Amino acid sequence: MKTRIGLASFGLSLIAVLLLVGSARLSAGDQPAGAEVKIDNFSFGPQTITVPVGATVTWTNRDDIPHTVVSTDGVFKSKVRDTDEKFSYTFTKAGTYSYFCSIHPKMTGKVVVQ
Amino acid sequence: MADKKLGFIDEKLHNLNKDGIDRRGFLECMAWVGTGLVWTVSGGIPVSRAFAAGKDRSVTKGGELSFVQISDSHMGFNKPANPDVAATLQAAVDKINGLATPPEFLLHTGDISHLSKPEQFDNVDQILKGAKAKDVFFVPGEHDVLDDDGKSYRERYAKNSQGDGWYSFDKRGVHFIGLVNVMNLKAGGLGTLGGEQLEWMEKDVKHLKSSTPIVVFAHIPLWSVYPEWGWGTQDSEQALSYLKKFGSVTVLNGHIHQIMQKVEGNVTFHSAMSTAFPQPAPGKADSPGPMKVPAEQLKSVLGISDVNYMQGQHSLAVVDSTLG
Repeated sequence: MKTRIGLASFGLSLIAVLLLVGSARLSAGDQPAGAEVKIDNFSFGPQTITVPVGATVTWTNRDDIPHTVVSTDGVFKSKVRDTDEKFSYTFTKAGTYSYFCSIHPKMTGKVVVQ
Repeated sequence: MADKKLGFIDEKLHNLNKDGIDRRGFLECMAWVGTGLVWTVSGGIPVSRAFAAGKDRSVTKGGELSFVQISDSHMGFNKPANPDVAATLQAAVDKINGLATPPEFLLHTGDISHLSKPEQFDNVDQILKGAKAKDVFFVPGEHDVLDDDGKSYRERYAKNSQGDGWYSFDKRGVHFIGLVNVMNLKAGGLGTLGGEQLEWMEKDVKHLKSSTPIVVFAHIPLWSVYPEWGWGTQDSEQALSYLKKFGSVTVLNGHIHQIMQKVEGNVTFHSAMSTAFPQPAPGKADSPGPMKVPAEQLKSVLGISDVNYMQGQHSLAVVDSTLG
């Protein structure tokens, strides 16, 4: 008697666990889409970009001069990016992130995460 | 003919103090560059003479001190504006070696490399070894301090320096000050010298006699050439205030890849051409990036600056010449 009930409980628990794992996998597939910023002509385009929490922003340097992507608050900092090189950052917290090119500091941009 | 040229030059001088020059003025200035124009500042008033290289010896012979400024070699750059910056740097070295008076040393006002890579610095060192000059003194450009806050730059070129790489030295009674204005740049800002460097500089010049000729060299211009493109240094006024007592101050810069001159009292500001690629005149393009010119014209927009301190005068004569 006890064994049958034990087996049944175990079976139910197992199914529950499998369902949970399954649904977690489904959520992982629902990640917000990535956003692109193009660096060209000494500017970030678009200069201000708005993305959801969890989004990954990818900067691609299309200029014929190297640039960097550096957060003014020390949140992220790319190595120097030459033509066609990329830098990505995933924004896990909401907020406004100002950044600039540390080589050409007049180049500024903003990522709004909400 | 010479009078006509001087009249034209005087007219152009009045335009130099305006922010930026128009395209026509720029092209006219560029045409003069190839002829070898000698600017001498005497008592704060610029006087110029055109001379044919090698013919008028009285300008270059017997100069007590002779050195050459080169700038912006950008070793590692390989885009259409110049696919072979090593070749044009070599052409600059050939030009230096062909001067009537060989320079005692070279000043490199920065952007030695394009991406601060070791092989790029090595390549420049190798090419400059062929120059007939005893020493090369450097200051860094923003392209030389990438990713490591200038550590590798300082290890190579600023072993006896302070802070981020500033230093001074004396040659034949002329006091040279190498400044670093490409570190800790702030968003939306210009070149920066910073409090520590300014304090050092004030002490460095305090006890010098006011008759000592001063040469300051730094990468980004120490005067406001075109702030919209970052062509200026936000705290340069303070640095220049320490030099008010001196009768002759020459400021040599790079960064903008074109010749610009400005005279303000006892200070002559001069920016050099690049040995790698030209950039547009202020405001004459969307951005200050490399400017493409027809291949056969490239050498005519790259160049060196020959600087002579003449006996009996407190002034320095700067002669710009192109590579071809």
